[in-house]
Amino acid sequence: MNDQLKNLTKGFLKENPVFVLLLGMCPTLGTSTSAINGLGMGLATAFVLMLSNLVISLVKDFIPDKVRIPAFIVIIASFVTIVDLLMQGYLPALHEQLGLFIPLIVVNCIVLGRAEAFASKNTPISSLIDGLGMGLGFAFALTILGSVREILGSGALFGFPLHIFPTDAKGSPITILVFVLAPGAFIVLGYLIALVRKINN
Amino acid sequence: MGKKPESNFVNMFVRLLVIVIIAGGLLGVVYTQTYDVIAAAKQKKLEAAIGYVVPVFDTLNTFKVMPATGKDSLTFYEAYNGDSLVGTAVKTYTDKGFGGRFNLMIGFSPEGVILNTAVLDHKETPGLGDKMDVKKSDFSVQFKGKNPATYKLKVTKDGGDVDAITAATISSRAFCDATQRAYDALKSKGGIK
Repeated sequence: MNDQLKNLTKGFLKENPVFVLLLGMCPTLGTSTSAINGLGMGLATAFVLMLSNLVISLVKDFIPDKVRIPAFIVIIASFVTIVDLLMQGYLPALHEQLGLFIPLIVVNCIVLGRAEAFASKNTPISSLIDGLGMGLGFAFALTILGSVREILGSGALFGFPLHIFPTDAKGSPITILVFVLAPGAFIVLGYLIALVRKINN
Repeated sequence: MGKKPESNFVNMFVRLLVIVIIAGGLLGVVYTQTYDVIAAAKQKKLEAAIGYVVPVFDTLNTFKVMPATGKDSLTFYEAYNGDSLVGTAVKTYTDKGFGGRFNLMIGFSPEGVILNTAVLDHKETPGLGDKMDVKKSDFSVQFKGKNPATYKLKVTKDGGDVDAITAATISSRAFCDATQRAYDALKSKGGIK
């Protein structure tokens, strides 16, 4: 029981995929322009991670070692495509926001990394919980990163204006635009990694 | 933990094949099941955009027009209420966006005045170029009620009448480009009285 709790919570700080393992940087930097985008991407990844971990753990004794990577990729890509299709049909508004990034989940190294490092060696239940914990840790990291970038770059949080910046003649806030762009993502990520290191030590 | 199957040729080939067939079959089922739902969702979005940019109508006359500039045709939706034309919604595009092509729906009155605009899809930078969406900022509101015959569809920096989005001049120029293309096509096919 204690082990399962550890599997669930380790993804948040001790083994956070973004801040500690430094996996999945591409979607991290690309989607974390606002808190809501980060959260949406994080939850979609968590969903795929849970399912792929579970299935890979179930079929691990069926797959010969030498072809395990292609087999994992096929399973992961199938789940991503299913999520993409379902989202397009039933949640078109969310798909509009995240559509571009959903296919990126396939190449997100967290998903393959957990399949290889955890699901292929552990029981289905542990793997499911590991996927949930890691996925939530990823969502948590992306939401924090997105929040900081949105506050500094757009002067808002979850789309609500915060009125912390002076405004120009037209009434729109004068913000630090670089934080919305890719370089800002690296800057914020660097500081957050340093902070998490400090907490973990 | 069962024993891992040996990595010989037959084992690898057959087992990978089984996985691929199952995955392919599953995808096929999901695809056919969601196909109609996705098409309906897209159609609904298009209809919502048409309804947003033209006044209340009861019949739509849809046809395609090839613009003088640009590679692809524009789609015209002439909205009729009874027998009278109340407006024309034009699905237009631009290739000058910061993130490549995006599509707009522009509604024109029979006199050629812009009634309203809607962004159908785009890949502009979140927080900057995406402000052309009316949900994010008031940028697109300034086009409402303007007649492109007298209103210059260019940003002020280029000597036009459009106030560009701060730090997103390229997206603003692209928005003007798409609108101008729609207006020119409407004019050339004689749609303006």
